Amino acid sequence: MFGLSALELARIQFGFTISFHIIFPAITIGLASYLVVLEGLWLWKCREVHRQLYRFWSTIFAVNFAMGVVSGLVMAYQFGTNWSYFSAFAGSITGPLLAYEVLTAFFLEAGFLGVMLFGWNKVGPGLHFFATCMVALGTLISATWILASNSWMQTPQGFEIINNRVVPTDWLKVIFNPSFPYRFAHMTVAAYLATALFVGASGAWHIMRGRSTPAIRAMFSMAMWMILIAAPIQVVIGDAHGLNTLKHQPAKIAAVEGHWQNTPGESIPLILFGIPDMTAETTRYALQIPYLGSLILTHDLNGHVPGLKEFAREDRPNSTVVFWTFRIMVGLGMLMLLLGISSLWLRWRGKLFGSRLFLRFALLMGPAGLIAILAGWLTTEIGRQPWIVYGVMRTKDAVSNHSVLALSTTLTLFIVVYFAVFGTGIGYMLKLVATGPDEADASPPNVDQSQRPARPLSAAPDDMDPTILIPGNDEV
Amino acid sequence: MGIDLPLIWAIIIGFGLMMYVIMDGFDLGIGILFPFISERHDRDTMVNTVAPVWDGNETWLALGGAALLAAFPLAYSVILSALYLPLVVMLLGLIWRGVSFEFRFKAHVAHKPFWDKAFAWGSYVATIAQGVSLGAFINGFEVSGGVYSGDGLDWLSPFSLFTGIGLVAAYALLGSTWLIMKTEGSLQQRMKKLARPIAYLVLLAIVIVSLWTPLSHPDVAARWFSIPNLFFFAPVPLLVLLVTWTIVFTLRRETHAAPFILSLLLVFLGYSGFAISLWPNIIPPSVSIWDAASPGESLGFTLVGALFVIPFILMYTAWSYYVFRGKVRAGEGYH
Ligand code: HDD
Ligand code: HEM
Ligand code: HEM
Repeated sequence: MFGLSALELARIQFGFTISFHIIFPAITIGLASYLVVLEGLWLWKCREVHRQLYRFWSTIFAVNFAMGVVSGLVMAYQFGTNWSYFSAFAGSITGPLLAYEVLTAFFLEAGFLGVMLFGWNKVGPGLHFFATCMVALGTLISATWILASNSWMQTPQGFEIINNRVVPTDWLKVIFNPSFPYRFAHMTVAAYLATALFVGASGAWHIMRGRSTPAIRAMFSMAMWMILIAAPIQVVIGDAHGLNTLKHQPAKIAAVEGHWQNTPGESIPLILFGIPDMTAETTRYALQIPYLGSLILTHDLNGHVPGLKEFAREDRPNSTVVFWTFRIMVGLGMLMLLLGISSLWLRWRGKLFGSRLFLRFALLMGPAGLIAILAGWLTTEIGRQPWIVYGVMRTKDAVSNHSVLALSTTLTLFIVVYFAVFGTGIGYMLKLVATGPDEADASPPNVDQSQRPARPLSAAPDDMDPTILIPGNDEV
Repeated sequence: MGIDLPLIWAIIIGFGLMMYVIMDGFDLGIGILFPFISERHDRDTMVNTVAPVWDGNETWLALGGAALLAAFPLAYSVILSALYLPLVVMLLGLIWRGVSFEFRFKAHVAHKPFWDKAFAWGSYVATIAQGVSLGAFINGFEVSGGVYSGDGLDWLSPFSLFTGIGLVAAYALLGSTWLIMKTEGSLQQRMKKLARPIAYLVLLAIVIVSLWTPLSHPDVAARWFSIPNLFFFAPVPLLVLLVTWTIVFTLRRETHAAPFILSLLLVFLGYSGFAISLWPNIIPPSVSIWDAASPGESLGFTLVGALFVIPFILMYTAWSYYVFRGKVRAGEGYH
């Protein structure tokens, strides 16, 4: 297909399916925790808005979760179907981590999801809240294991190679490998940010259409707080993550920065924009800021980092791609910072819900979190190339022996089905978002009234006084 | 070496896959029965009986894949690349099926029939692909130097196509008897009528596979028909006959749970038949569980977690089924 080799097709297939997958878990992780907060607030303060918001976001959560599960199932099998040499070689490490993920996370989520989504009238409020907490905990445990696995592939340790396969010697070292804490923190905060941006954008959309109800204001306000707090944290974690990568994968950082040759003792500029050219070994049209490269990468004005030319040609990741994916991520991160700070300013001025310009900005930033996540992962994974297990196994030695024909057929199938299915699913999610928490709630819940007279939902006292709820709430 | 870790893992994986077959079996079965039921509210009821639990059911499949990779990486890499095409088709089928669970409630009225079709088709495709994979697995894989050396289409054979169809019947049986247990009124009556011919079909499929397998695989025949074994294994076919007869018998009476429980038993018996035929190979015809096992460090590490966590999983899975116990009535939607 298009003259691509079997290896390239297998990589495209893996990259395509996992990129679709990661979108859903990111929202799952964020929404699950958000639902915990909403339900906790509702139980604590008994305010109608929180119950409305819980019901509203839990239907969206359900659709998103279904897509996360089915796209994840594909991932669990792709290691074997596409990377059989890798699985046979390193399955003794990635396998147990994945098995722990299934055992400790997926079953926990699945076991409590039913009660969380459908059990309002079947269990008491305390138990229901417990179920929501377990689902949220499950999403975080899931992220822990899968990121431990991925980080081990980036910075492997705690193993020996015996008879041509990996034998783990120290599981603590395997799990807590050097890049894991950074990657876990960065990814979790990314999921929270992406969700907050999504929730914020839906709030902004409704407010701009004149539907500035208490529930919508509450969710918009909560999302803006989240972005204000999480965006700066993410930048700090990202900086630390980069320093860690510099230590363990200097070639990746050189490619990300578009540096070809750095002379020791001389300060390094930061290349803001440019086009790294892999064959000519130079970065064209570079727009540079002196000293800033050294400052960011070494926190010292004259610090030194290696350039790409210090690595053999066959060991260099593709700088043209990662240079740009990285800048997209960081650029969006800066915009998130801006969004958070402007929300604080407007809140202080009492205009959080009143500035159309700001609302439009929040709306446009809706998908930014997900785009940044994809860009970040592309940087990470393409920057790891040509290795599948960094410094230990090359990607070209990992791929299964499928024919180009088989791979092109399945790739086409994946592309068609994914766009049809997940495209529709995302469409439905947006449609649900457009309904809004108030309308969604107005239609009577389709449940059996006879089973339990004391329904926890209708037992909620109606507290609709928005003035207590939202600080800085004035005319819109 | 005291404990036989590969053996324990083979049992855990066998158990996990069986849980998958019986649990996802009945919810795939519901999709398979969709074309036989046309009223919208009946279809809603059918889906509502499994809506709270299907995700948990599918998780057993994820466990199967992950545990196989953890405990038998060689088997994982050989089997999964040998079955590349049927597995991709199965996953795509499960995608259609899984999302239509949610979409058929959320969709615009005009699009609902489309998602009903997707639900049914997805179930058929996933089931047939699973059955074909099972047949191909029994037929065995060509392995040389620790990697799959066969062709991309080796999985395709008359036998594997037959097991594909046989599995459709088996899941339909689970689905229909599940609905007998979970519903009432006309839907339940309809299922009672459907379940009988399906039970006969399943019996027929089991008989044919049981003859076909030993006839085409002398080593399997030797296992079953050598003298002491024959006496140990003889109860399996006898029990299959007895159980099928009891299912058909109970269907004529006022019953609720009995046919479902008996169908579980029937599927379990069929499953043990496979286990007997293949034991102790994990990549038939010649790679045993000990040849394919992970290093002891990996097996032991994962076993600690598995033994600790699986009882909890069973507990809260049981709890979730308990919360949603009883009949699902028409119009009692969860959505
Ligand atoms: C909302 C999402 C988001 C945002 C705003 C940022 N990142 Fe990020 N970044 C991720 C989401 C992400 C990620 C998806 O979570 C990645 C991919 C893999 C990983 O470990 O995290 C990632 C990877 C990643 C890496 C690669 C690490 C490696 O490959 O070893 C670096 C160096 C940074 N990030 C640094 C930053 C900096 C300095 C940011 C400042 C603005 C930033 N990120 C914002
Ligand atoms: C979830 C977010 C992720 C995204 C968006 C992502 C993206 C990608 C992309 C685009 C590639 C292709 C790289 C290339 O062609 O140069 C890739 C490769 C790969 N990734 Fe990831 N990845 C993610 C997470 C993971 C995780 C969690 C693991 C392991 C547990 C993983 C393991 C791999 C493997 C095995 C490959 C194949 C070899 C390769 O081409 O590098 N990825 N990923
Ligand atoms: C190659 C890597 C990956 C594999 C093999 C994988 C596998 C899976 C599987 C099998 C499921 C379905 C679970 C179920 O049956 O309930 C799933 C869902 C999930 N995955 Fe992934 N996954 C990968 C990457 C990731 C990453 C990078 C994250 C997060 C950082 C993640 C987080 C989740 C979460 C939270 C779920 C829960 C369901 C949902 O999100 O809707 N996964 N994954």
